[in-house]
Formats: sequence, structure tokens, C-alpha cells
Amino acid sequence: MPDLSVNIHKLQLKNPVMSASGTFGYGLEFDDFIDVNKLGGILTKACTSKNRDGNKYPRMAETPSGMLNSVGLQNKGVDYFIETIYPKIKHYDTHIIVNVSDSTVEGYMEVAEKLNPLEKITGIELNISCPNVKEGGMAFGTSCPMAGTVTKAVRSVYNKTMIVKLSPNVTNISEIAKAVEDEGADSVSVINTLLGMAINAEKRKPILSTITGGLSGPAIKPIALRMVWQVSKAVKIPVIGLGGISNATDAIEFLLAGATAIQVGTANFVDPQVCIKILDGIDEYCNRHGIKNVNELIGALEC
Amino acid sequence: MKKFIHDFEVTLNDKISNDCFVLYLKCPVSLPTILPGQFAEILVGNSSEAYLRRPFSIYDVDYQKNELSLLIKEVGKGTLALSKLKIGETLNLVYPLGNSFSIPPGNKALLVGGGVGIAPMLLLSKVLNEKGKQPDVLIGGRSKNDILEPEKYTVYGNLFVTTDDGSMGEKGMVTQHSVFAEKISEYSQIYACGPDPMMKAVAKVAASQNIPCEISLENTMACGIGACLCCVVETVDGNKTTCIEGPVFNTKKLIL
Repeated sequence: MPDLSVNIHKLQLKNPVMSASGTFGYGLEFDDFIDVNKLGGILTKACTSKNRDGNKYPRMAETPSGMLNSVGLQNKGVDYFIETIYPKIKHYDTHIIVNVSDSTVEGYMEVAEKLNPLEKITGIELNISCPNVKEGGMAFGTSCPMAGTVTKAVRSVYNKTMIVKLSPNVTNISEIAKAVEDEGADSVSVINTLLGMAINAEKRKPILSTITGGLSGPAIKPIALRMVWQVSKAVKIPVIGLGGISNATDAIEFLLAGATAIQVGTANFVDPQVCIKILDGIDEYCNRHGIKNVNELIGALEC
Repeated sequence: MKKFIHDFEVTLNDKISNDCFVLYLKCPVSLPTILPGQFAEILVGNSSEAYLRRPFSIYDVDYQKNELSLLIKEVGKGTLALSKLKIGETLNLVYPLGNSFSIPPGNKALLVGGGVGIAPMLLLSKVLNEKGKQPDVLIGGRSKNDILEPEKYTVYGNLFVTTDDGSMGEKGMVTQHSVFAEKISEYSQIYACGPDPMMKAVAKVAASQNIPCEISLENTMACGIGACLCCVVETVDGNKTTCIEGPVFNTKKLIL
């Protein structure tokens, strides 16, 4: 039995497999299909300071080997999360990491500060990379000073593990990664969705109500893999890799590229049991290659 | 209701019109109870063009044979692949998903379906019949080719048909059928599924007669289990997911 546990800052994960924010609800949606407790961690749907209705329908367009979404951070706000959702999920025996987003630095701080005392929320993932909101979101994640400012501000009110989720919609993702590392990020998630677009040619109309949206799924995997490789060489903090991971081989590739853990996103929609299949597949890979500890794989790319 | 994921075996792929077919699928374990209006998310598989699952209303259920069936219209790459499925092949389903139609308060109900949108009305008419209700089924289409397997409904209730070209039943749209003029006040609930303009027209008549009306929506969907929030519909109570809080909605709650 290989040791699959990995560490993201202070968090010891049972294994490197986590669910990605916005694709796994709060975990409860998947209880009928898998034992959520087996995962290394779950990243919740984004949480903002106030209720958000999200964008207008249509919010999704299927694209070759992937999809575009423009949900727009629909959620009922941090107070609702604490009062209504947290009691339903705190029984999970896995790391519950809340994805935090907002339109303003103060908003990010408010959410983080309110989550800080929750015992079973062992970390937050700052979402400075959502491409689907008019204000905030990706705007914070596409410039080094802005990314640094929001990271520093949240760091000042949050003393548990803080992961920052980076946008791929930049010229040099390593610089953004370094900027958030310098301001106290404990880890980075690489990558959020790529800004994309879909058109209905017959109607001469965009498919999404917001015209553009975030591309995810296997279509983006090579880009995500490249960015994880670049970022892991640029920073000392652990990198969490995501972007199109659909099976154990994909996950192994991200570990080899330098990720300490991985998140599974869009693939959950195609197969609600995929996270467990990936976990089993990593175990099988380690056994087949005589690897006793999964950490041996991290950054072990030979080139 | 607990949801399941199973590999079903195709026992029949029955082409019933130029572009429609019914897939009969055998469950590897005992079928759970499936309510009228619920749907399944189907994995087409092996196609970069049909990456996500496709949602389909459950057309009929045969608990003795341990089978369910799906009425599907070939409209794109995903449904084209499904139309080619052969007996013995397997199909992965996540099911049963969504809420369901409610049982009408009174004895009689009108079930209206347009084209392939008739799909959830077969199981509904069957269940209403089992509960001692009297379902009248009204099917609309452009021509008789769009009136899919009408004989199946006569087992459970009265059947009425409209076609745009008059090739079957009364000529015109569903809301122009004589049941609306003559019998509407007899119904304690109206159900509709089909093209948006049809559902809106039915909802309008229902509202004018103060009859509760439920429609089944078919929004673009990714997960089908309430995780992605892609399939929302605007309601008087805010955005609701079509997959979990629908697909069946009371038209009074919708912003039509």
C-alpha cells in the first residue's frame, strides 16, 4: 500500500485528490455516488460576502472536449453558508476548503474573517480568477499588484491555510504566483478557467448570456499542465494542479509536472464517481511503479 | 430520492419516425422507483463533440422487465450516436433526477405534449391512471409524423391530436383544439411539455381559467445533480436549478 498523503502547508491530505470549486457543490450532491470522506479535500462552491443571483441563463455551452460556463458566482453569501450549509457538511472527515470571492478587497476580507473561526473549514481558496463577474474576480488575478494586494489583505485577517487560485488569462502566470507567495499565500491552485466564447452561427448570436465564459474540461489540460510546470519552478509554496483532469493518468502527469495535489473539476459532471476512480488509479500506478510514497512523484518529470 | 449510476443494456432501439427512436434499457439491478417527470443523464461517450451527459425525460418504466425507456429525437451529434446503439450495447445513466409532476387535486387532468416533448407524459398518464385519475392526453405536431406512438396513451386515457397541417386530428395548434373550448373547466390540473411557445400558450390558457399548470423545462445542463448551477431558470423566488428544483415547475412560479 503506497503512502498517498501529501501536505499543503499545514494541511495533511489523505491523498492528493480534491474536488474543484464550482463542480462539486458542497460535497452533499455527490453523497449518492461516492464516499466523499475518501477524498483528500473538497473545495466548495464560491462564497461571497453577500447573496449573488449569478448571471442570466444560458450559462453553459458545450465545446469540443469541454464546456464554457458563466455561472457568475451564484451563492447565498457567507452568512447563509455559516448558518445553513456548514452544519450540513461539517461531519465530513476530509479537508473542507471554502472558495472565497468578491467584488472588493473588503468583501474578500469579510468572508475570510467570518470563516476563520469555523473549526472544520481548514482552509480557504482565494478566487481571484473568476472570468464571469463584472467586478472583481479575474480583475484581481491578472495584475501582480492587485493579486498581491488582495492576498495581503486577506492574510491579515485569516490565519489558517490560504490557497490562491490563479487565472490562466495572463501573459506570465509565474509572476502572479510569485506576487501572491510574497504576500503570504500558503499555496496556489493552477489554473482557473480560460476565457472563451461560443457562437450560434444560425442565429448569429452568442450562446452564453454573458457572451464570454470560462473554458474547462480536457480541452484545457495541456495549457494547465504547462502552467503548473512553470509555476512550480517559480515558487516554493506547494502548487495544486487542475484543468481538465479526467483520469488517474492525467492526475499523475500533473504531479510529475510539479503539483503536490490535484483538483478534479468538469469531469465530475461526466462521471460523478470520477474522483474515487482517479484516487484508485493513482494507487494502482504507484503499486505498478514500485512507488512507496506519492511524494516521490511530485516534480519528478525527467527532462 | 437517492440517485444512482448504472450501466444499462440496450434491449431494443426502436425507430418510430424519421428522426425519433425509443431506447429500451435494462437495469443491471432492481430499478428504483421512478416518478413521472424525472429524467436521466446519459453518457454518450467516446466523442469529443459530445463530452457532457445528455438529459432525457424518462418515457416509460417496466418494473417487471426491469426496464426503462427513453424517447429521443435526433438533433445533434450526441443523439445521432445514441440512434446507432445496438441491442446488447451498454449505456451509462445517472438517474432518477429532478422533481416530478404533482398528482392533480381533482379527478381529471389534461396532459399536453408537443413533438418529442410528449416524452414525460406517457409515464405521467400511466401513473395517473393507476391512481384512479382520468388523464386526457393532447398531442400536437406539425404533421402526423410528429405524433409519436399515440396508441400508447389510449391505454390510460382519452387521446386528442392536433397537427399544423391537419394530417391527423384537428388542424391547428394545441390550444386551438376543441378540448380547450369545450372541456377545459373539467380539468383540475394541466401539464405541458414541448416547445416554449406551446408551453407558454398552454400556461396562458390555464392561468385564464385559474387551473394549476405544471410544465417540464429542458434547459441546457451540465451535471444534472445540482452542483454546477448552469441550468437555472428565473422564478418569482429567484434562480432555481432545472435539474434539482425542476424540471417540473408550476407556471405561476415562472417568469414566462
